[in-house]
Amino acid sequence: MRFLVMLAACLVLSTAAGAAEPVPVGLVAILSGPNAAYGTAIRAGAELALAEIDAGGGPKIALTVEDSGGTKDGAINAARKLIGRDHVAAIIGPTLSNEMFAMGPVANGRGVPTIGTSTTAAGITDIGPFIFRTALPEADVIPVTMARAVARGVKTIALLYASDDAFSKSGFDTMRAAAEQAGLKILTVESFASKDTDFSAQLTKIKALQPDAVGISALVEPVSGVLLQTRQLGFGPQTLFIGGNGANSPRLGQIAGAAADGLIVGSPWFVAKPDPLNQAFVAAFHARTGHDPDQFAAQAYDTMKILDEAIARAGSASPGAIRDALLRTDHHGVMGPFRFTDHRDPASAEGVVVLEMHGGAFRVAE
Amino acid sequence: MLPQQLANGLLLGATYALFALGFTLMFGVLRVINLTYGFYFTLGAFLALWLTRAGVGLVLALPAAAVGSGLVAVGIDALLLTRLRRARADELSYLMVTLGAVLALYAGMAALLGPDIRRLPPGTIDEAAILLGPIRVTAAQLLILGACAVLVAALAALLRATRLGLGIRALAENPDAAALMGMATGRMAALVSFLSGALAGAAGVLIGLNFNAIHPYMGESMMLRGFVVVIAGGLGSVAGAIIAGLLLGIIEVLTAGYLSSGLKEAVAFAILVLVLWTRPQGLFGRSAAVRA
Repeated sequence: MRFLVMLAACLVLSTAAGAAEPVPVGLVAILSGPNAAYGTAIRAGAELALAEIDAGGGPKIALTVEDSGGTKDGAINAARKLIGRDHVAAIIGPTLSNEMFAMGPVANGRGVPTIGTSTTAAGITDIGPFIFRTALPEADVIPVTMARAVARGVKTIALLYASDDAFSKSGFDTMRAAAEQAGLKILTVESFASKDTDFSAQLTKIKALQPDAVGISALVEPVSGVLLQTRQLGFGPQTLFIGGNGANSPRLGQIAGAAADGLIVGSPWFVAKPDPLNQAFVAAFHARTGHDPDQFAAQAYDTMKILDEAIARAGSASPGAIRDALLRTDHHGVMGPFRFTDHRDPASAEGVVVLEMHGGAFRVAE
Repeated sequence: MLPQQLANGLLLGATYALFALGFTLMFGVLRVINLTYGFYFTLGAFLALWLTRAGVGLVLALPAAAVGSGLVAVGIDALLLTRLRRARADELSYLMVTLGAVLALYAGMAALLGPDIRRLPPGTIDEAAILLGPIRVTAAQLLILGACAVLVAALAALLRATRLGLGIRALAENPDAAALMGMATGRMAALVSFLSGALAGAAGVLIGLNFNAIHPYMGESMMLRGFVVVIAGGLGSVAGAIIAGLLLGIIEVLTAGYLSSGLKEAVAFAILVLVLWTRPQGLFGRSAAVRA
C-alpha cells in the first residue's frame, strides 16, 4: 500500500515536471526567393541546436518557423503572426538587416525580445531595447580585413556596392570608413542594384583607374557575378578583391569558381576552426544535413543556445524577463566566448579570422 | 575606355533585345501580354543546364532547350488562355491570369529545385576573352549578338516570305476574319506560343551562359527590362524591341561609365518615359506582323 502511494506521488511529481509547457519561440528567415540560401542555413543551425536542447535538460522550446521571403513586408507579417497567433516569448531573425529595420519596430513595440543572427548593418540595435544581435557588426570585422590588405602593400582602392539594400549600403559605409582610416586612397565609388547581372560599365571604369584593390559590399550572388565579370574584362591577380560580410559564404566558390580566387574576407567564424566545440558542431551538422555549415548556421546555432540559457535564467516564459536574462548572457559557443554589450551588440571581435578564396573554397589567409 | 564601354552597352542591349523578341511576337500576334514568358526563359536555361550536365554539347543543348521550352509554352498557354480567349476577356484579365500563373511557376520551381544559383558546367563555352583591338568580349557575348541577328532575320523571313507567316499575319490583323476564312486559328495561336516560348528558351540559355547565373527567378529579374523594352519599342514590333533593347543597354552603360553608376537606371528610364511621352505607341507603334 505504502509502495502504491509512493508510486502515485512519483507519478504526480513527474507529471508536474513534464507539464512545464515548452516556451514558444519564433524564427523568421528567408526560405523562398533568391536569398533563401541564408535562411535555409539559419534554420538548419537553429534546428540542430534545438535537437540538442531537447536531448539535454534545459527548458524546452516550441519553435515556429516563418518565411519572410526576403522582403520587409514578409518579415513584418511573419512577426505579426508569431506574436499574435503563436504568442511567442522571443523571436530569432530576421535574416537581412533590411528586414530587421522593418520588423524590429513591430517586435520592439510589442515587447518581444528579437535576436538577429545575421543582421550586421549599423544601427540595428538602435531600433529599441528589445532588439539584440549575435552577428558581429561589419564595423568590427571590416577593419581587420582592411588592415590585412594594407599589410599586403595595398595603397589605392576602388569601392563597389549594391545601393538598394541596407546591408550592402551599410557594409559599404563601413568599408569606406575603414579604408580611409587605414590611409588608403579611394579612387572611385561605383554602385549597382542587387538584382543586376551586368556590371561591365562599372568594372571597365574601375579597371581604367588601376587600383591595387577593389572592395565589394553586396550579397553573395552579385559578388559572384562581379568577380566572374572581372575575369572577362581582364582583371588579373595583381588586383586584390576584398569582400564584405556577404562574400563570406561557401556559395561564392560554388558560383564564381576560380574567378573568386584571391578574394579576402573577414569572418567571425570558420568551418575549420580547430576548437573541439566547433568540430563537434560541424560533425553534428554534417551528419544531420549532409553538408558543412556556414557562418549563418553557426550564428543561428549559438543564438538558439544563448536564448535557451536566457529562458532558463529568466525562469519564466515572460518576454520581459527573457530580455533581462539575455543581457546577462555569458555563453561559450562555436563562435567563441559571447556576451552582449549594454547596447545588446556582441561585446568582442577577438574571434575574427581573415579568409582567402583558393580553388573555389575558403582557407585561412596568410 | 570608350570603345570597351560601347561594346559593353551593345552587348548588354543585345541581351535585352534577345529577351524581348519572343515577348513582343506573342503580343503582336495574339494581343496578349503574357507574363508567363519569363518562366519559359528560366525553363530554357534549366533544360540546357541539365542537358550539358548530362554531357550534351551546347550545339545540341541550345536547340533542344528552345524546343522544350516552346512545347511547354504551348501547353501552359492552352491551359491558361483558351478559356479567356473564348470568353473574349479584356487585356487586364490576361495580365492578371498570367501574372498569377508565372509567380506560382517560379515559386513551384524554387520549391522543387531550390533557389540556388547554378552555372553551366565550366568549358560549355570557351570562357577566355577574345581581343578585338582595344575591346575584350567573350564567346558567349558574341553568340548572343549573333543569335539576335539570326533570329530576327529568321523571324522576318518566316512572317513575310512563307504561307505560314501570311497566316500568322492574318491572325494578327483580324482573328475573326481569319477564322471565317477557314483558318485553323487555334492551331496558329499554338504555333505562335511555341515560337515565342522557344525564343524565350533560347534567350534563357544564352543569357544564362553569359551571366553565369541560372536560378528559378532569373526570368523575373529580366522581366522588368524586357517589359520596358517591348513597350518602348512599340508592343508587337520586332524591330522596335531590338532597337529599344540596344538603346537601353547603351544608355545604361554610358551613364554608369561617365556620369554615375547610381544614376544608371534613373537616366535610362527617364529617357524611356520621354520616348513614351512623345510617342505613346512606342518607337514602332504598330505590330510588324500586322504592318507587313
